[in-house]
Amino acid sequence: MTVGLTHFLVVSTLLFSMGLYAIITRKNAVMVLMGIELVLNSANINFVAFSRFGNFGYSGHLVALFVIVLAAAEAAIALAIVLNIYKNMSTVNVDEIDNLRE
Amino acid sequence: MNINNFLSDLNLIYPEIILVSTLVIVLLFDLIFKHNKSFLPIISLAGITFAIFFTILNFGKNEFAFGYGSNNFLLSIDDFSNFFKLLILISSIFIILFSILSNEIKICRDRHGEYYTLLLGMIIGMFFLVSANDLIVIYISIEILSLSSYILAGFVKTSLRNSEASLKYVIYGGVSSGIMIFGMSLIYGMTGSTNLSEINSILKVTALSDVTFLTSLLMVLAGLGFKISVVPFHFWTPDVYEGAPIPITAYLSVASKAAGFAVLIRFIKIMFLSGITNNEYWVLYPIIDWRSLLIIFSIITMTLGNLSALWQDNLKRMLAYSSIAHAGYILLGLAVLSNQGLTAVLIYFIIYLFMNLGAFLVVMLIANEINSEDINDYKGLGYSLPFLSAMLSIFLISLVGLPPTAGFIAKLYLFIALVDAKMIVVAIIALINTVISLYYYVRVLKNLYLSKPAENKIKIRNLSFVYSLVLIMVVPVILFGIYFAPITNLAKYSLKILGM
Repeated sequence: MTVGLTHFLVVSTLLFSMGLYAIITRKNAVMVLMGIELVLNSANINFVAFSRFGNFGYSGHLVALFVIVLAAAEAAIALAIVLNIYKNMSTVNVDEIDNLRE
Repeated sequence: MNINNFLSDLNLIYPEIILVSTLVIVLLFDLIFKHNKSFLPIISLAGITFAIFFTILNFGKNEFAFGYGSNNFLLSIDDFSNFFKLLILISSIFIILFSILSNEIKICRDRHGEYYTLLLGMIIGMFFLVSANDLIVIYISIEILSLSSYILAGFVKTSLRNSEASLKYVIYGGVSSGIMIFGMSLIYGMTGSTNLSEINSILKVTALSDVTFLTSLLMVLAGLGFKISVVPFHFWTPDVYEGAPIPITAYLSVASKAAGFAVLIRFIKIMFLSGITNNEYWVLYPIIDWRSLLIIFSIITMTLGNLSALWQDNLKRMLAYSSIAHAGYILLGLAVLSNQGLTAVLIYFIIYLFMNLGAFLVVMLIANEINSEDINDYKGLGYSLPFLSAMLSIFLISLVGLPPTAGFIAKLYLFIALVDAKMIVVAIIALINTVISLYYYVRVLKNLYLSKPAENKIKIRNLSFVYSLVLIMVVPVILFGIYFAPITNLAKYSLKILGM
C-alpha cells in the first residue's frame, strides 16, 4: 500500500477535529491555545499534501511556511496575554474569567 | 518574477512603505529617547498624513502589483482599495488624537512607543487586507491586523477588564483564523490556486458546487465574518468592546470593520463573479444562493444586535451591539449584489466613520471625567456637561438615522438600493429594526436631560482641544445630512474593483 493524498487528508481532518474538540471542551486557556495550534497545523498538512499530490508546484509549501511563522507569533502573543491574566486573576480557567458579561 | 516589474510595482505601494518606515521610526525614537514620549503621536500623525497624500495620488491608477506565475497578482491597487485606505487613515488620525486625550492610555506613559507601533502595525495589516487579491495575502494581513489588536485590546496590563478582553479576543480570533486557513487549504486543494482571479477562471471551467467546496467556502466566510462581527460570529464583540480602552474600541468598530467588509466584498466579487446583467446586477456562480445567504445573515445580525442593545446599561457595550446592528445594515447593501448596493455600502461607511467615532469620543471624554460608562451615571449630565451632552445627542440621533443628520442619508441610499432590487420585505424588516434602535439611543438622551441635574459642576480639561476635536467630528455629521453630493460622488467614483 502506498501512502496517498487520502491518508494525509484523513490525518489532517482528524487533527482539525481534535483541535476543535480541545478548544470546545478544555477549561485551561493554555489547552485551548494548543487546540488552535492543532487546527493551524492541520491546515499546514493539507497545503503540503495538496501541493505534493496535485502537482501545483511549490505554492502550498510556501503557504505552510507562512502559517508556521504566524502560528508561532500568535502563540507568543497569546501566551503573553495568558500570563498577564494569571498575574491579574491568579487563574487561567476560561470559565472563571467572566467579569465581562450581560 | 521579473525584478524590473518588482521595482516598478513598489511605486504603487508608497503609502504602505511610508507607514512601515513610520513604524520603524517610532520604534527607534521610543528606544533612543526613553523619557520624552510626547512626540511619538506627532511622528505617527505626520506619517499618516504623508500616507494620505500618496493614497490620494494613487486614485485612478487601477493597477495590479506583484505578479507571480502566469498573470497572477498578489495585490490590486484599485479605487475600491484606495477608498478604504483613505477611510482607515482618516479614522487612524482621529484615533491618535483620541489616544492623546484618553486617561486609560495616558496612565501607561512609558509604554507609549509600544502603543503607537502596534497602532501603525494595525494600519499596515488593514492596508494589505483591503487590496489583497490572494488568499495567502488575506490570511497574512488578517493576522497582522489581529495580532496587533489583541495586544492593544489589553493594553492597560493592570486593568482586569482589559486583560480579560484581550484573552477573549485572542481565543476567538485564533479559532476563527484557524478555521479560515483550513477552509483556504481545502479551496487550494480543489482549485490548485490561491489567487482570487485565477480561482474565478477555474470555477468557470469546472463547476464546483459540491458539499466540500461549500463547506470550505463557509469556513473562509466564518473567518471574514468574525472580523466584521456578523452573527453567529459576534460573541467576542460586546466583551472586547466593553473591556478594551475606548480609543481601541472605536478603532475596532470602524477601521477594522471597514477592512473586513472590503475584503469580504472583494472575496465574493472577484472569486465568484461570472457576469453582469443588463440592469447592472452581479451574476455569481451558483455555488449557493448568495443573495439569500447574505440577507439571512444580515437580518439575523441587525435584529440580534438591536434587541440585545435594548437592555445594556454600559454605554460601551450598548455601542458594541449597535455596531453589530450597523454591520447588519451594511451587509444588506452587499446583499443587493449590484454597484448600486456597493455605492450604498461605501456611503454608509463614510458616514458611519464620523458618527460612530464621534459617539465613542464623547463617551470617552465623559468617562475621563466621571470614571464610568454606566448609563445611570449619565443622569442629569445634560445640565452639568451641556456641550458634550448635546454633541452626544447629535451622534446618537445620527446613529438612529433620523434627518437632518448624515445617518439618514446613509440609510436612505441603502433603502433605495433595496427597493430598486425589489427587496421590499427586507427593506421593511430593516426599517422596523431602525425603529427598535430608536429606543436604546433615546434612552441615553432621556438620562441626559430628563433626570434631575447633578449637584456638582464637572470641569473639563484641555477645553479648546476637546471642543475643536468634537466639533470636527460633528460638522460632517450635520453637513453630510444636508449637502451629501461630495460623498456620493466619491463613493460612485470608488466602485472599481480590479480582478476579472
